[in-house]
Amino acid sequence: MTGLTTPDSLIQVSGLRKVFGATLVLDGVDLVVRAGETVGLLGPNGTGKTTLLKILATVARPTRGEARIAGHDCAREAEAVRKVVGLVAHGTHLYDDLTALENLTFWRRLAGQRPDADALRAALAEVELDDCADLRVRTFSAGMKRRLSLARLLVSRPRVLLLDEPFSSLDQRARKWLEQYLQGFTARGGAILMATHAFGRELDVVDRFVILANGRIILDAPRGTLGGDEIHRLYALHTEEVS
Amino acid sequence: MTFVRRTWAVVWKDVLVERRSKETVNAVLFFSVLLLFVFEFTLGGDRERLITVLPGLLWLGVLLAGLLGLGRSFVLERENDCWEALLLTPGDKGAIYVGKLVGNLLLMALVETVVLGLFTLFMNVDIGRAMPGLLAVLALGTLGIAAVGTLFGAMTAHVRARELLFPVLLLPVLVPVLLGIVKSTEALLAGEALGSVSHWLQLLVAADVIYVVAGLLTFDVLLEG
Amino acid sequence: MTRWLGVVAAIGLIAGLVMAFGVAPREVTQGNVQRIMYVHVPAVWVAYLAFVAVFVASIAYLWTRAAGADRVAHAAAEVGVVFLGVNIATGAIWGKPTWGTWWTWDARLTSVAIVFVIFVGYMLVRQMTDDPERGARFAAVVGIVGTLNIPLVHFSVYWWRTLHQPPTFMKPGPAAASSSIRAALLVNFAGLLLLGTYFIAKRYALLRAQHEATA
Repeated sequence: MTGLTTPDSLIQVSGLRKVFGATLVLDGVDLVVRAGETVGLLGPNGTGKTTLLKILATVARPTRGEARIAGHDCAREAEAVRKVVGLVAHGTHLYDDLTALENLTFWRRLAGQRPDADALRAALAEVELDDCADLRVRTFSAGMKRRLSLARLLVSRPRVLLLDEPFSSLDQRARKWLEQYLQGFTARGGAILMATHAFGRELDVVDRFVILANGRIILDAPRGTLGGDEIHRLYALHTEEVS
Repeated sequence: MTFVRRTWAVVWKDVLVERRSKETVNAVLFFSVLLLFVFEFTLGGDRERLITVLPGLLWLGVLLAGLLGLGRSFVLERENDCWEALLLTPGDKGAIYVGKLVGNLLLMALVETVVLGLFTLFMNVDIGRAMPGLLAVLALGTLGIAAVGTLFGAMTAHVRARELLFPVLLLPVLVPVLLGIVKSTEALLAGEALGSVSHWLQLLVAADVIYVVAGLLTFDVLLEG
Repeated sequence: MTRWLGVVAAIGLIAGLVMAFGVAPREVTQGNVQRIMYVHVPAVWVAYLAFVAVFVASIAYLWTRAAGADRVAHAAAEVGVVFLGVNIATGAIWGKPTWGTWWTWDARLTSVAIVFVIFVGYMLVRQMTDDPERGARFAAVVGIVGTLNIPLVHFSVYWWRTLHQPPTFMKPGPAAASSSIRAALLVNFAGLLLLGTYFIAKRYALLRAQHEATA
């Protein structure tokens, strides 16, 4: 049901298992995401969505099985994966005592690039933070911090996006911006795996739905085949089975 | 060279944050001054005895104050939720280790200047004749302390009882370095030539090389989540 | 396999006792209490071999992430700490009647005590890290740094004690020893080494069983 891996598979997961101490978090997950696809990863909190994203982002290692991004093994070729992947998760990855511009400058330099102040300001302008460029992040709201995290993506230009509830704490304008950005991202050939536990408007950008429950994928269907209600019903059904 | 650029990024960031928050430096410096008073009250009565234990006290002061600062090396990363992001940024993680090491060296240098200065003033120590050999000892010893301190600091940033585990791990490992710098300082303050402590200096160099290389090789393992 | 190891170890230990009490000569000034040396000295040799095993296994673990390597390091470190503890305790027991004091800051005892604390730290790191896989990685780093530190500790402590002070009075081991003393030491070393290996094997099996029970 996940489809054969093809040359344009940017995300490939097979037989993935993850154990934390005595807890089995992922129990044999198979998933393929191709270039140009946006896959929505649904599931109640604590079912392993974040763990799956972390393994793909090379932050965690699988106990068994394989995870690949753009053909590179996440555990064994971590550095190659890090060059092409972008993670937007719960942590903002921002230093409170630095300004927005300084934060971007730091991450750019740390990636071994020479920071181009104009390009960084342009990225800030895109997320409408250009007038806050020289203000300390400590003074930012949650939404502004989230936008700044997204601005980092504009600068690093990954091929694969791993998103964990990216729309949270964003206002209407910012949501619209993010939707457009994500659509543009896949139009340019990128792949997106987006985890969410909500059934709101964020699912409008999704091409395919994957439901993760109890550490396993119990549904993997394209948007067209099932109506929104149907998905909602299946979701509720399966997640009720999960105690 | 990208390695240098990346190392510089870390140093620049830490110095900038420290300048604005002033968290670590102020506390560490204040602590150093307090230590001086504590030493005076507990040991100061007998001038003769104080002179003989002075090299040890000097380094004890530096070490204790340094422990405070070194243990906090990575707390900033944890508090700001940036730990993951450090790992995710592509490139040799050894550059992050060196960057943090340089930052810690700067902190230790500050502490040593203050402690030495205070000791010279209040306890009437003549460090003039120990120079410039004392600088060599300081440099080598501080590098050893900071190298292991940075490595173990990264490790204990994620442990439950960080303040407890960090000194427990660090102090026994640093015994050779501590012996080296105290003994060398002792000899130099007594007016002996640098050559008389060459074996200690060689030990310090060996220790420094071992610790820095071990740090460079194992640091990315510590960053993993 | 492990059982045979245990049997051979038991034989080795008995042989060691026989050598220590029957074959080796009675020391002139100290009397029979000196025979404790036949446990005291080989114990530290076995401990240091165990730490070499920790070093190799730790590097192997960081390189391959094979759980088995981590278990070897874990087991060997524990056994090393135990044998060092035996060395320290027997040293104290030897010291009290012989030189009137439980402890002295001479080079040997001090070095051993420092290495002991370093590897107790190794075990603490495992205990105090919530995620066991992370704990294994951290312990491996401590194991590598700790073992590399051992020669540094020895040299620094030795120089500290001997360069401006009279040489230690605790004779490390008979320098110009008679062959029977040397033989007794070697037999006891073999016996303790077998015992140590047996313990490591048992501990490894226990760790593996624990892991499989939860996986």
